[in-house]
Amino acid sequence: MLWKLLFRNAFRHTLRAVLTIVGVAVAVLAFGMLSALVDAWYAGVSAAAANRLMIRHAISLTFSLPIAYMEKIRAVDGVKAVSHMSWFGGIYIDRKNFFANFAVDPKSFLDLYPEFILPEDQRSAFLKDRRGCVVGRGLAERFGWKVGDTVPLQGTIYSGEWPMVVRGIYQGRDKSTDENQLFFHWDYLNERLKERLPRRANRAGIFVIEIAHADDAPAVAGAVDLVFKNSLAETLTETERAFQLGFVTMSEAILVAIRMVSLVIVCIIMAVVANTMAMSVRERMHEFAVFKTLGFSAVYLASLILGESLVVCAAGGALGIAGTFPALRILAGYVGNIFPVMDISPATLWLDVLAVVTVAIVAAAFPIRKVITVRIVDALGRVA
Amino acid sequence: MKLLFAYSLRNLLARQMTTVLTAGGMALVVFAFAAILMLAEGLQRTLVDSGSYDNAIAIRKSANSEVQSTVSRLEAAIIETQPEIADGPDGRPLAAREVVVLINLRKRGSNSTSNVTIRGTSESSLALRPQVRMTAGRMPRPGLSEIMVGEGIAQRFQNAGHNETLSFANRDWTVVGVFDAGNTGFNSEIWGDAEQFMQAFRRQAYSSVIFRLRDPAAFAAVKERIEGDPRLSLEAKREVTYYQDQSEATANFLRILGTSLTIIFSIGAVVGAMITMYAAVANRTAEIGTLRAVGFQRSAILTAFLAEALLLGWLGGLAGLFLASFLQFFTVSTTNFQTFAELAFQFKLSPRIVIEGLAFALIMGLAGGLLPAFRAARMNIVEALREA
Repeated sequence: MLWKLLFRNAFRHTLRAVLTIVGVAVAVLAFGMLSALVDAWYAGVSAAAANRLMIRHAISLTFSLPIAYMEKIRAVDGVKAVSHMSWFGGIYIDRKNFFANFAVDPKSFLDLYPEFILPEDQRSAFLKDRRGCVVGRGLAERFGWKVGDTVPLQGTIYSGEWPMVVRGIYQGRDKSTDENQLFFHWDYLNERLKERLPRRANRAGIFVIEIAHADDAPAVAGAVDLVFKNSLAETLTETERAFQLGFVTMSEAILVAIRMVSLVIVCIIMAVVANTMAMSVRERMHEFAVFKTLGFSAVYLASLILGESLVVCAAGGALGIAGTFPALRILAGYVGNIFPVMDISPATLWLDVLAVVTVAIVAAAFPIRKVITVRIVDALGRVA
Repeated sequence: MKLLFAYSLRNLLARQMTTVLTAGGMALVVFAFAAILMLAEGLQRTLVDSGSYDNAIAIRKSANSEVQSTVSRLEAAIIETQPEIADGPDGRPLAAREVVVLINLRKRGSNSTSNVTIRGTSESSLALRPQVRMTAGRMPRPGLSEIMVGEGIAQRFQNAGHNETLSFANRDWTVVGVFDAGNTGFNSEIWGDAEQFMQAFRRQAYSSVIFRLRDPAAFAAVKERIEGDPRLSLEAKREVTYYQDQSEATANFLRILGTSLTIIFSIGAVVGAMITMYAAVANRTAEIGTLRAVGFQRSAILTAFLAEALLLGWLGGLAGLFLASFLQFFTVSTTNFQTFAELAFQFKLSPRIVIEGLAFALIMGLAGGLLPAFRAARMNIVEALREA
């Protein structure tokens, strides 16, 4: 009986109910997308492996380390495997086509990053060809690259044209794996640097190490940094997670702005639903007065109003959540190069639900108070 | 007509709760819209103000920023001989060889690290940047491990205050001075002697050469000569262009984010306005009938309801902008995508944002009020009167 009443009341003004539901749906959609955007910012952090440590120059990431450090690092207790990667900063045709590209030590790199899945034949073709590179599936789709294509990268840090051949296309093992990167042979870079800029040759941007037990991370990190203490290039070792988190905190202000805006949208929709509920109750003051006269309790009246608010919000919320999935796919098409990993996490869905319920409760609060406190005589005499 | 307008206004006053909620929704949309555009504007303004129109900068070809660039001593010497460069007070060309690197520093309070720009300067550097004024202490002396820091750095980073000591590149550097560079990127920089920094960071090359032009119009000539010189692999840019380019990526990202978000948001607010206006029409059926009966045209009714919706939007827009204008007191800092370095800047409200925000609010009001206003105008007199 109560259920039926709730629906009847909610849709008494069909147009108004539909408009409110659309409003809630749009808000939930926007809220979900923003939340996914924030998640995308943290994608690198959630993809980090617990048993990998990153070693970089203590001054800052823009300084490189001597390649000779590799063997010294390997000798540190607790280090299972070592590899290195250098940010290349190459541009494909135009600055707008930004994607991450690294010069790596191919074999040790692929061993250390099992989340990049490469067919066996492509893997060996890549290892054999010094001018070869592997690209992520997303990147290959974006530029229509196939195995065997030549990709000319324009250097920004290392000037000149750097043509390389796509030898493999990797897939991510997990959803959080970034499929928009390009990796090529560090040897290719280094050979040319030796000829032209010998001072900048034989250096690596960062070293990546794998440790046997994730619990040993602080001890191993301390041991590595101790080896290079007071040398010309001191190191800073941190877990991959901390390393990636460092990038996120750099743009914290923008993240805070996005979070603030998410709250604003909840407030906007709160205002819209509260308005609908206020109107709906105001128009039916007579009915509520009759209810009160008949002896229905305050709790019953409150649940009538709250229930109506919940019905409207739930309908809008469900619509909004359903719409988030296709909308996000469209958004990913536009900003995929900046945020390679776009996904809706369970946490996002929970936040959606929480927001909808909060809006429903707050929107119902004022009308409920009004209905409960109003004197029956006044209510009966009131003109909407 | 005046009567109808007063009628709209009084109606808004009569239903205060509904008016406040509807205008409040639109105010929030305008607030969010303005806030993000102000962020982008502040970032861009800060970087653009860092450059001077009569200054030019030479960096390595295809380098995105000074940090990526290298300029050898020989190249720097060639640049300094260009005839278009203005003379300094000492008769020597007003040009500065500078070295720019990024270092990681820890922030006060949060302890998180961020990349800070360190600029190794020459004698003329200060003369080339009239925005920079010393506020405490003195300039670092050449040949010593001394630095001075922008006010933004002194406040935000650990050990970067006046008379404190910063450790980087295996040396301890004493902060002997603090400078204020207004709302420019220099406020987020650390300055010291270029030669000292080159030794400490083990660099053989400068990052850039900045010079003042004798005549700003002569830029094209000097640019052509520098870029055509086979001994140089450099490009010359006006300083303003250089800084403008650096703000582009982050500012554009913020603008696209802001605009697309607010368009989605505005749907919510338009729905709110529509609900309010439909209710306003429905509640006043009898009144509309009366108005029509005493001779008001359909167009007059339409105008009255549209005016009411626009008024709602206008109120919302004003309230939103009023709230947003307070954001100008806040300074935020974030990493500029292009330079990878931290930059502090303030929210900045420009006339353009005010106009766009108000226009946006009026459009929301119009979109929300159009259909209800048509319904009001189309009402049949007899039926409307009977409903009362």
